[in-house]
Amino acid sequence: MTPRFLLEISAFIAVIAALALLPLFASPYGITLMIGMLGYVALAIGWALFSGPTRYVSLATVAFFGIGAYTCAVFSEVLAYPLLLLVAGLIGLGVALVVGLATLRLAGVYFVIFTFGLAELIRQLVTWYEVNITGTLGRYIFLPVTPEGIYWQLLALTAAAFAMSWAISRSRLGLALKVIGEDEVVASHSGIDIARVKLGLFALSAVIMTLVGAIQAPRWTYVEPSIAFNPTVSFLTLIMALLGGANRLMGPILGAVPLFLLFEWLSANFPNHYSIILGLIFITIVFVLPNGVLDFIEKGWARRLPVAKPAEVHK
Amino acid sequence: MSPFLQVSGLTRRFGGLVAVNDLSFSVAKGEIVGLLGPNGSGKTTVLNMISGHLPPSDGQIALADTRLSGLGPHKIARQGVARTFQLVRALPSLSVTENVIVALAFGRKRLWGEAARLEALKRLEQVGLAHRAGQQAGDLTYIDQKRMELARALAADPQLLLLDEWLAGLNPTELQTGIELIRGLKSSGITILMVEHVMEAIRALCGRCVIMNAGIKIADAPTAEALSDPAVVTAYLGEQHA
Repeated sequence: MTPRFLLEISAFIAVIAALALLPLFASPYGITLMIGMLGYVALAIGWALFSGPTRYVSLATVAFFGIGAYTCAVFSEVLAYPLLLLVAGLIGLGVALVVGLATLRLAGVYFVIFTFGLAELIRQLVTWYEVNITGTLGRYIFLPVTPEGIYWQLLALTAAAFAMSWAISRSRLGLALKVIGEDEVVASHSGIDIARVKLGLFALSAVIMTLVGAIQAPRWTYVEPSIAFNPTVSFLTLIMALLGGANRLMGPILGAVPLFLLFEWLSANFPNHYSIILGLIFITIVFVLPNGVLDFIEKGWARRLPVAKPAEVHK
Repeated sequence: MSPFLQVSGLTRRFGGLVAVNDLSFSVAKGEIVGLLGPNGSGKTTVLNMISGHLPPSDGQIALADTRLSGLGPHKIARQGVARTFQLVRALPSLSVTENVIVALAFGRKRLWGEAARLEALKRLEQVGLAHRAGQQAGDLTYIDQKRMELARALAADPQLLLLDEWLAGLNPTELQTGIELIRGLKSSGITILMVEHVMEAIRALCGRCVIMNAGIKIADAPTAEALSDPAVVTAYLGEQHA
């Protein structure tokens, strides 16, 4: 273990510990804000885990998020709380495996459209089921979970997702994902089982998203398909990951935190124009920072120090 | 000598077009065999089927006692088959070293970390590319990308190496270096099947040639003999030259 590694680990633990102590000082509004923010950080990390290196742009985030929330709503009176999360995670995993097997052959824009369609399909299916079978559209969730409890769970999930993303990025699996993103033909000819790698990572990323939905659900008290499966969640997650840089460990965090705060401020101050401004921000990010801020800063740095980069030998 | 690579009745159809038609040949262990033929005769399609990039419509491919046809490319790669591509496939945003590490990490050697990095550098040295190790693969010249692709194929520790016009586009000096490089591989016991148009290289390297035209094998003989076969001359130059 190098000193740098120890330093990074201690910094990580210190940050998580500091965040864990936050509810002891924060106001109720502060906790609400942090729950929302952590939720998006976890979603963005989960999204980038699969879509960052493989470049399979997924708009199915809210499909899994919604499945988590709905599982929580449906089983909240039957299952004990921690078990509820486990069941939600398993359902998310099951759906991800089925969907992944069917779709990971699709490439490029077809995959994007499919994932968007998937989220809508699940929303319509749930709506149909609720209207025709149960007879009511909405559901109430009464669970004895405090806001602090939700916050800590989300923090644990985010920390776990971050740690996984870190471990994967330095492992063989991380390299396999990068190669798949670059050229699937080379990947398979080098001995990478691309179908399995893609499916595994898609499922892992989906489970994280499902758990975010399941953990956050009790905050809403009332859910209906249009809330749980709101496509904006998918778009926000995507744009947050892109802003930070989906190929970098810190990217999703650096994208999710400022954008979440910005969106909060916008929805409080410009409730009527929120969607318009949101759209403009999307377009700006895609045009100006297609590879994320981190990449932009590094490139800018390299331009100012032109001699340093090309001659440098990889150590 | 018992055949190492055995291709029998290999056929590939694309809709109504039969790109490869009932092709059979074999390659012995340690042999360098040229796969020749005019453009569009199905050579690359044959390599694509051996490496698993395309599934055969019919026929069988076996390496030693293992049946390759029907396996996916990653499984064939793990059986010890490596290849280069006619149009170079670098992984442009990875470094040159990383490009080679890919084959080490997922190939038969399963090397990772420092061991993989050292081995990758050794392979790059072998193809004369060690001085570019830290660069982005996308920044290399075309020739250097070809070298890198060969280093990647060699890093997979192949038993059978498929070269698809690897020597095309080299200048005379580079060609000599390239020929020496491939000759050097032979002494390390690798079996090579190469699609090539550079006659100088074919004469220098291949003991035997399989020649195709319009998907059908028209000759399979020691190089000099195969190249002077009337059917081959006709296929390349037309009737009056035969």
